[in-house]
Amino acid sequence: MGDNPSRSENATAGDLGVTGRHARGAGTGVSPRSYEEPPFGGGGALPKKTRFGMEAGFKGLSVAAGAMVLVIIVAIAVFLISKAVPAINADTENFLTYKSWFPNDTEPKFGIAVLAFGTVLTSIIALLVAVPIALGIALFLSHYAPKRLATPLGFVIDLLAAVPSVVFGLWGRDVFLEPVRNFSLWLNEYFSWIPIFGGDGPFGRSVLLGSLVLAIMVLPIVTSLSREVFMQTPGMNEEAALALGATKWEMVRTAVLPYGKPGVIAAVMLGLGRALGETIALALTLGVVFNISFNIIENGGNSIAANIANSFGEANETGRGALIASGLVLFAITLVVNMAARAIIYRRREFRDSAA
Amino acid sequence: MAKRIEASNVSSYYGSFKAIDSVSMVVEPKTITALIGPSGCGKSTFLRSINRMHEVLPNARIEGSLRIDEQNIYDPDVDVTAVRRLIGMVFQRPNPFPTMSIYENVVAGLKLNGVKKKSLLDDAAEQSLKSANLWNEVKDRLGRPGAGLSGGQQQRLCIARTIAVEPQVVLMDEPCSALDPISTLAIEDLMFKLKDRFTIIIVTHNMQQAARVSDKTGFFSIDKTGDPGRLIEYDDTQKIFSNPTEKKTEDYITGRFG
Repeated sequence: MGDNPSRSENATAGDLGVTGRHARGAGTGVSPRSYEEPPFGGGGALPKKTRFGMEAGFKGLSVAAGAMVLVIIVAIAVFLISKAVPAINADTENFLTYKSWFPNDTEPKFGIAVLAFGTVLTSIIALLVAVPIALGIALFLSHYAPKRLATPLGFVIDLLAAVPSVVFGLWGRDVFLEPVRNFSLWLNEYFSWIPIFGGDGPFGRSVLLGSLVLAIMVLPIVTSLSREVFMQTPGMNEEAALALGATKWEMVRTAVLPYGKPGVIAAVMLGLGRALGETIALALTLGVVFNISFNIIENGGNSIAANIANSFGEANETGRGALIASGLVLFAITLVVNMAARAIIYRRREFRDSAA
Repeated sequence: MAKRIEASNVSSYYGSFKAIDSVSMVVEPKTITALIGPSGCGKSTFLRSINRMHEVLPNARIEGSLRIDEQNIYDPDVDVTAVRRLIGMVFQRPNPFPTMSIYENVVAGLKLNGVKKKSLLDDAAEQSLKSANLWNEVKDRLGRPGAGLSGGQQQRLCIARTIAVEPQVVLMDEPCSALDPISTLAIEDLMFKLKDRFTIIIVTHNMQQAARVSDKTGFFSIDKTGDPGRLIEYDDTQKIFSNPTEKKTEDYITGRFG
């Protein structure tokens, strides 16, 4: 007590018309040491702020970490553009529309159209297949399954995310190919009047196979993120819906799904990011044909990343530049997708923010 | 519009833990009944047993019988969603749906019950908000988020949402405990107004509130932690607060315990 005179003592001193310092020295028996280092709240001069402490150090570290992201991004962009521009200049055809890839010839001819189309097509089909299933699993895990089942099942789903993509690729090519080929034959027999299921074969190493493998790879990300957001639904909102006479499914529709929507969109975008950038699984499963076709069951299909993996080995200087240019296009596609997703989330921010 | 609630020997459990023991009481239509008692004495559990919200929690169950106008609420053939539509509930903390506008919040219950016609929904929203004394404050911003209102307004929004489905009974679980005195007064005024149409049962920690608003008061208590809560005394509010029969009740309302 003696070392730390309380504020009220100083207040009393003030009332008596004496300064805090005098009152303290005279009245409360402070040890001499505390004159040199005034304790907190003890009146006297305010302690000086520390000039170089943990605060400043940590602030510096975090600023440096933040700046590093920018530096890395700029460095990558400079590298990509510096390699891509000469190759595109050497291209004797239109880079955006030409439908073939011969960058290693003496007169390089290459275009991104087929690859970009294939990338977007496989990713979209993969998401169309994966997202409904993933949301179903997520809802089951978060709201329907008994806890004893939900925990191990969630773990299995996460395990699926840990399988390396090359394993998925090999599995798709050696195991999954047969069932998909049979399924494609069946689709072709009964639904060939729908253009996407038409054609005369051969079937199997198709956009369908690649997309389905992609779907399986995207599934765990979308599932576990969606499960997280569904589980964060405030219990009191679920109770509010139930107390209004909602059935379980109505409760999910009223309280859980709207609340989780921004999170689900983010999860889907992350899944799309993975699908767009997936390389080796598609390099192993797609038929590698250079044409733009909506037919998803005939041998064929190609994607930017798969093409890079397949042709980097035998590429010359211009060839590598052409592949880097294609990577730049992939980067642009991903950027557009991400910005679109953010725009969707941003539109309803008023509701999300006021909920927080 | 209002119905009678009759509980006889209701015991509620959470798994093997008995939360309330053998509660019997009759709540007459168009009255306000207050349930008071120390924390953990089972008043909220009893309240949630009345509209079968108790069983939402895992392993929760009840014994005994609860009737609404002679129909058994816990009859195995009864649709639990119908019970909850008949017996609405307002919760301790205001819980408007955060993703919905004020308007959508009010009509959420009606939409769940299949009402789709815009004119019907509009009428119901206006009527319910007027009944909840909120219409004048929000009529110009029905499209704004419900969660953007103040706490007291949110709670009145939740009351509007509850009465929009025209229940017979309204249960209120400490509806004012998260609100300031002015908002509390607004809710109490509202309760007097709603009494003409609904049977109201309110759990409250605020004894002045119980004395102010209720016609009858039930006092719950427990002997010690871990014991089930019991209904010690249930009588006219006037009698409970002036001349209670039980010593325990008197001790509690005079502040000597709890």
